Amino acid sequence: MPALRDVKKRIRSVVSTRQITKAMEMVAAAKLRKAQMKIFQVRPYSEKLDHILQHLSAAASGELSHPFFEKRPVHKQTLVLITSDRGLCGSFNTNLIRRASEWLQDKKPEEVEIVVVGKKAFDFFKRRKWKIAAKYLDWSGNLNYTRAREMVDFLTQRFLNGETDQIVLIYTQFLSTVRYRITEKIYLPVEKPASSEAPTSHFEYIFEPSPEQIFAGLMPRYALTKMITALADSFASEHGTRMIAMGAATKNAGEMIDTLTLQYNKARQAAITKELLEIVSGAEALKG
Amino acid sequence: MFTLSIVTPEKIFYEGEITSVILPGGEGYLGVLTDHAPLITSIKPGKLTIRDKSQNTLLLAVSFGFFEISANHGTLLVDSAEFASNIDVDRARKAMERARQRLADKAGNIDIPRAERALERARNRIAIAQSRGE
Repeated sequence: MPALRDVKKRIRSVVSTRQITKAMEMVAAAKLRKAQMKIFQVRPYSEKLDHILQHLSAAASGELSHPFFEKRPVHKQTLVLITSDRGLCGSFNTNLIRRASEWLQDKKPEEVEIVVVGKKAFDFFKRRKWKIAAKYLDWSGNLNYTRAREMVDFLTQRFLNGETDQIVLIYTQFLSTVRYRITEKIYLPVEKPASSEAPTSHFEYIFEPSPEQIFAGLMPRYALTKMITALADSFASEHGTRMIAMGAATKNAGEMIDTLTLQYNKARQAAITKELLEIVSGAEALKG
Repeated sequence: MFTLSIVTPEKIFYEGEITSVILPGGEGYLGVLTDHAPLITSIKPGKLTIRDKSQNTLLLAVSFGFFEISANHGTLLVDSAEFASNIDVDRARKAMERARQRLADKAGNIDIPRAERALERARNRIAIAQSRGE
């Protein structure tokens, strides 16, 4: 039977842990709401952009060209991995890093470079053989448009200069608070939207100025929007997962407190019984 | 009448039935009325004039973007949009000063096209704020 004092100490420490996890759960919930708002804000813009792109390519399929569409034989690849900056979010980062490692498995170090978003990815890859081309840390789970733009500028420049032939993005797609999907997709070159996908748009469009010029303005925004969507999804998934993990931790702490309290009470009772027994037997002996 | 939606990366800025709109297109201002031929154009920073279905005139400052119309559905995708009455002239002035400074310095690795775009945006917002008659 553990000493009364030790059990009491443990109960106190678990209670304070529960307080912390509870607070973290609440913070994550608030951040999740904000992150979800961001997703909903960007979505209409992103959809309309897709829409215009589709109309444009359906109407001007022959003349469609932009450096972002250029498919080159792939010699050098860039992996963009979006993780979180902080831990305590269950298996979120582990899963992402595992997925990235799987992707890297059959690649050669001299043909691949990594762009890390979030401290967790950086911590994992900084001591490994892969070259880190750029790192974007300390987002603290908030989407920052200026930094997203910097990142996109860097990536597109690298692609346009021919320093990389393909940019692959690994991030988490936000499905619901409790669900996310690790997604791997080719960020650049951009897949040309198939003109058959837009059967409704058999209009003869007027372009002002030429389709090429419109494309030149459209594609950077397209790239930026795709990245912002990916970031927004990742951050929302992170907060969602953390909320769930911390909720589970709070629940476990509660259960632990219950068992410990039971243990404490049992020990206390045992001690009282023992004391009583001692007194009674002492009295009996005196009667003798 | 036709529908117009103005969408920015932050939100759907405006959505409604309108009778006409005058846009700052890539090749100059253009007016769009009901049953306009399908059109896709780029948008430069400038003044957007909407006449809605009850004949009220709305004045907006818009930044770079695109406009598409087909089958009486107009979509304006812009980096930012602002009603003329909401423009903060002081802030626009400051932004203009900053952009001018950066262009004048020319030192180091400034992004000249970006500073130029910022200057154009700020100038546009000031001009529109002034045209609202204050």
